[in-house]
Amino acid sequence: MPPTSTRSTLRRGVGVVAQGVREQPRWFALAVLGSTVYGIMTGLMAWAIGWCTSTIVIPAVAARSVTAGQLWTIAGVIVGVVTVNVAGIILRRTAAGFAMYNLGAAYRRRVTRQYLDLPLRWHHKHPSGQLLSNANADVEATWNIFAPLPMALGVVVMLLFGAVQMFVVDPVLAAVGMVVFPLLFLANAVFQRRMSPLVTRAQQLRAEVSEVAHESFEAALVVKSMGREDQEARRFAEAAYTLRDANILVGRTRGTFDPAIESIPTIGTLTVIAVGAWRAGQGALSAAEVVQIAYLFSVLAFPVRAFGWVLGELPRSVVGWDRVDAVLQATGAMTYGKTDLPAREATTLEARRLEFAYEIDLPEGGTELSPAIRDVTVTVPAGATVALVGPTGSGKTTLTNLLLRLVDPDSGQVLLDDVDLRTVRHGGVAEVAALVPQQTFMFEDTIRDNVTLGGRHTDDEVWEALRVSQARRFVRTLPDGLDTRVGERGTNLSGGQRQRIALARAVVRRPQLLILDDATSAVDPSVEQEILSALRRVSRATTVLLVAYRMATIALADEIIYVEEGQVRGHGSHVSLLASCPGYAALVSAYAREAADRAAVAADEEADADVDAADADAVTDSVADAVADEQVDT
Amino acid sequence: MSRFEPLADHSGISSGGDLTAWQTIRRGAEISPELTKGIGFTVVLAVLSTLGRVLVPFVVQRTTDEGILAPGGPDEGRVLLWVAVALAGVVVTALSAYAVNVRLYTASESGLATLRLTAFRHIHDLSMLTQNTERRGSLVSRVTSDVDTISAFVQFGGLMLIISVGQIVLATGLMLVYSPALAAVVWGCFVPLFFLIRHFQGVVGRAYTRVRQRVGEMLGAISEAVVGAATIRAYGIEQRTAARIDAAVEAHRKEAVGAQVRAVVAFTAGQFVSGLTTAVVLVVGTVLAVRGDVSVGTLLAFLFLVNLFTMPVQQATEILNEMQNAVAGWRRVIGIIDTPADVADPRAAGVELPRGPITVGFESVSFAYPGGEPVLHEVTLDIAPRARIAVVGETGSGKSTLAKLLTRLMDPTDGRVLVDGVDLRRIRFSSLRARVVLVPQEGFLFDASLLDNIRFGRPEATEDQVRLALTELGLDEWAAGLPLGLDTAVGQRGESLSAGERQLVAIVRAYLADPDLLVLDEATSAVDPSTEVRVQRALDSLTRGRTSVAIAHRLSTAEAADEVVVVDAGRIVERGPHRELVANGGVYAALHASWAAQQQA
Repeated sequence: MPPTSTRSTLRRGVGVVAQGVREQPRWFALAVLGSTVYGIMTGLMAWAIGWCTSTIVIPAVAARSVTAGQLWTIAGVIVGVVTVNVAGIILRRTAAGFAMYNLGAAYRRRVTRQYLDLPLRWHHKHPSGQLLSNANADVEATWNIFAPLPMALGVVVMLLFGAVQMFVVDPVLAAVGMVVFPLLFLANAVFQRRMSPLVTRAQQLRAEVSEVAHESFEAALVVKSMGREDQEARRFAEAAYTLRDANILVGRTRGTFDPAIESIPTIGTLTVIAVGAWRAGQGALSAAEVVQIAYLFSVLAFPVRAFGWVLGELPRSVVGWDRVDAVLQATGAMTYGKTDLPAREATTLEARRLEFAYEIDLPEGGTELSPAIRDVTVTVPAGATVALVGPTGSGKTTLTNLLLRLVDPDSGQVLLDDVDLRTVRHGGVAEVAALVPQQTFMFEDTIRDNVTLGGRHTDDEVWEALRVSQARRFVRTLPDGLDTRVGERGTNLSGGQRQRIALARAVVRRPQLLILDDATSAVDPSVEQEILSALRRVSRATTVLLVAYRMATIALADEIIYVEEGQVRGHGSHVSLLASCPGYAALVSAYAREAADRAAVAADEEADADVDAADADAVTDSVADAVADEQVDT
Repeated sequence: MSRFEPLADHSGISSGGDLTAWQTIRRGAEISPELTKGIGFTVVLAVLSTLGRVLVPFVVQRTTDEGILAPGGPDEGRVLLWVAVALAGVVVTALSAYAVNVRLYTASESGLATLRLTAFRHIHDLSMLTQNTERRGSLVSRVTSDVDTISAFVQFGGLMLIISVGQIVLATGLMLVYSPALAAVVWGCFVPLFFLIRHFQGVVGRAYTRVRQRVGEMLGAISEAVVGAATIRAYGIEQRTAARIDAAVEAHRKEAVGAQVRAVVAFTAGQFVSGLTTAVVLVVGTVLAVRGDVSVGTLLAFLFLVNLFTMPVQQATEILNEMQNAVAGWRRVIGIIDTPADVADPRAAGVELPRGPITVGFESVSFAYPGGEPVLHEVTLDIAPRARIAVVGETGSGKSTLAKLLTRLMDPTDGRVLVDGVDLRRIRFSSLRARVVLVPQEGFLFDASLLDNIRFGRPEATEDQVRLALTELGLDEWAAGLPLGLDTAVGQRGESLSAGERQLVAIVRAYLADPDLLVLDEATSAVDPSTEVRVQRALDSLTRGRTSVAIAHRLSTAEAADEVVVVDAGRIVERGPHRELVANGGVYAALHASWAAQQQA
């Protein structure tokens, strides 16, 4: 680490502090005020004891009598100073607490605002464990410095006061102070320079431990069902041990510097005594003055450590700030226009020459663009129902995300009722269009709120939406009905139940454009059928785009768009596509062909069974052969 | 069945709230033996460094009295001698403080790494249902931030506590030498403080427990903005989500400030009592001095000692703040470690099953989720080795529950599940998990390459073996079509792949693990039909020799199975080959008719 980085840590640390002070000036000022009171009162305590001793105790002892009034004076003076001192401490620490936690809360709000504003593309590039750590641990690390800071600032005043005293008493002893205190500062600076990279590393590793744990616990079911607990424990141990070693290194460095930094003022005090004895021998100053300065050194020694605490927090604070600031400075938040989308029965959807590529991180570093959507142009007329069909991984979900502007295309444009989505005001698209994604997300909330998402819908409307999505029956059997809480990510519900709630979420909004991304993949075929026919009834006027695999769903569509490898390979009616588009034909008739093949194999099997009913193995072999034959045929 | 814990007892993770602070620390030391290993020598070193600390002011006083203020002018030789002694003391203090620091860091970091690992491992050992009672985020905080608060205490607070106690003992000894009466006065003033500290320990401790709960809730709220990013955007509910986060952040801020105020009051109470003590000592000391019981010099020396005594007591109250935080965190971690793993591995006592075709038996198996209605009623079912079974039924019929009982993710409330005639609860996990593998509907993918995800269940598999598995399942073309083939990074939770692709990876992963019983729970629900049929066929021809149970709502799977088991409302209502059931005209025939109709368009 070049020395400039220490200076820059210091400089940037001061910058972070200044930022905090700017945002919480009142609480900070109160904390400093409290700290000043504490500083003054700590000094006054020594004075009060001295005053009591010289004006009351010694005369009383000499006189061999003491009055109750004198005793009350002693008690009153000492208790008075202590009370004000304690008030100062309460003020300092409470106000510092307010400043610190207010800042923490403010930055958590800002960071999470960014999470809400930044595009999905950004989210995909940042592990969620890291984002959680940015909003929690890093924010905390940034503002923890406000705990020792007010005290340290009080100490600055104390030090200045002490320096003046020293110069007034004796320039030579003051020179000792001028050596010792800068030395103390230098030691602290060297300490910080060594610590900074170590602390940065430890913090980074702490985040990594958190990421491993997060991922592993999310994968708990897979880990358990494949019996990979030991393997996961090893993976976690690797991260935890690396963190342990990094922390021990931090401790070793701190262990080296702390005692050294602590002993500097003591050595200073001893030097003052040695030099003072020599100066007193010369008659340059009185013994009492030597004692006074020595006392001053020992009094200042402890509070000066508050400085060390601040300097110790500084690198942590700077690192935390860097990580928080990276989120706050992240750009690419979607910009919005001011246009409203027209309110009408159904919306016309049009996509023109869309291109979209994902950024792929190469193992050897660097990135590569992997096109996911290539030159896609589609039109869905108002009120039409269009099916989007294509094999697994052909880009259907990416396309639905583009169509509702969850993601912006690299080029091309999406128009709803001839309005470019990029000119629509924030929230405008969601008001007219609803997407039911393949992967449902449940909020840790009640069923009702998971359907309304805070919108103003009556319970009747919610029940009606649940009826359409065929969720009414199971919601009715839940202990608290609509008020049942679904647990984190809806863990209390099955996949099919979650999908039906997610569908109701879209239906209750009576959208002008409804996009269903294989939204019924986890429900039973019979239920799926009921959902689709109910949907057909309520969405007669609505424009519907559905991603579909199965005939039941495809049959709802007026028109079909077939995509493969991110390109539109055909569109038209089911019948015309069957004829013109072999990929489409293979996909939609797979089950039927399979059933036919089974029937054929079964027929063979029966024939074989007639020949040799006892030899079961032969039967299975023949099935295998038959299947192999079929595979060759297809 | 009395050997097995009743199911109703097994929900929820202990918060460890019933442990006292002392019990928590003792249990913590038990879990992490590194913390107490060699602690004796560390304490000796800490006492040594404390001695040095006390020596220095003592020497300063001696120098002043006997050197500078010596009768007949400053005695420079004497001053230098004392200064040299003091310097030696400083060196000893510094060296022992260094050693204490290093030892404490090494011991605490090693101990806490052990604590982290123990908790992490135990979380994976907890049953699926227990895991689901807790937020994932809060599970994470138990192996991360909770442990970090302990380390802060053990490294700084713990050391300070040792030094403080040493200083209190030392100061008390010196006070007794100077004046037993005044020593009694000092202790008399501090006894109420000790009670006050105990009281505040409770108050501050509860406050920090609440803070930690708020942290958990806050993380939960924030994680919605991260994990639910797509849904939030699709529904334009950024503002609502923001409001929810703000409420959680604000609740945390309030609780944190509240805890801070309580801790400050607890700390300043110590400060205040020590000030009062000084006043009382001065007043009582004056009376004693007037009576001639003590000299003025002794009284002044005593004030110095009171400081030497009150400072550590105050420091101890300061540490209380940290300790409460740490104990609250520790308690939570211990709570998780001490939560019994109710679906437990019998380990060495368990049975090791030989590899080979597997027989499955359900013996009047019933199951109810904790606090819920039974979802399976006395299910009895035998599955022959090498059989390919399809379990069909409506959503909520209990078919997924069957899969979870069969793979021992849960234990039945009543009855037994047998594999090769052995109760699942008696089979060693290492043996069970190698032989029985479940492919869930949403198979989680790790943020790693496709290759590493596929060999998750069998890390020693070579790249060629992975390629072979892909080829055998007819997925080689799909894998080659990904941007970097097998090296493609699948992203967080596999998000760079589509839901259907993630299911394909989960299937290859299970296939490569080569189990004797493969349980597929709606494993191809998001895969396109032609790929599904291709994979299904491959599995059928390749799973020959192994038993397979497929939970399916697409009846294409049922058509291919040897036997179909129809579940309705927690009971098996029909069972037999596809064609027979269709011919029988029962529940299955109806299901199939509707399915077939859907395929025709």
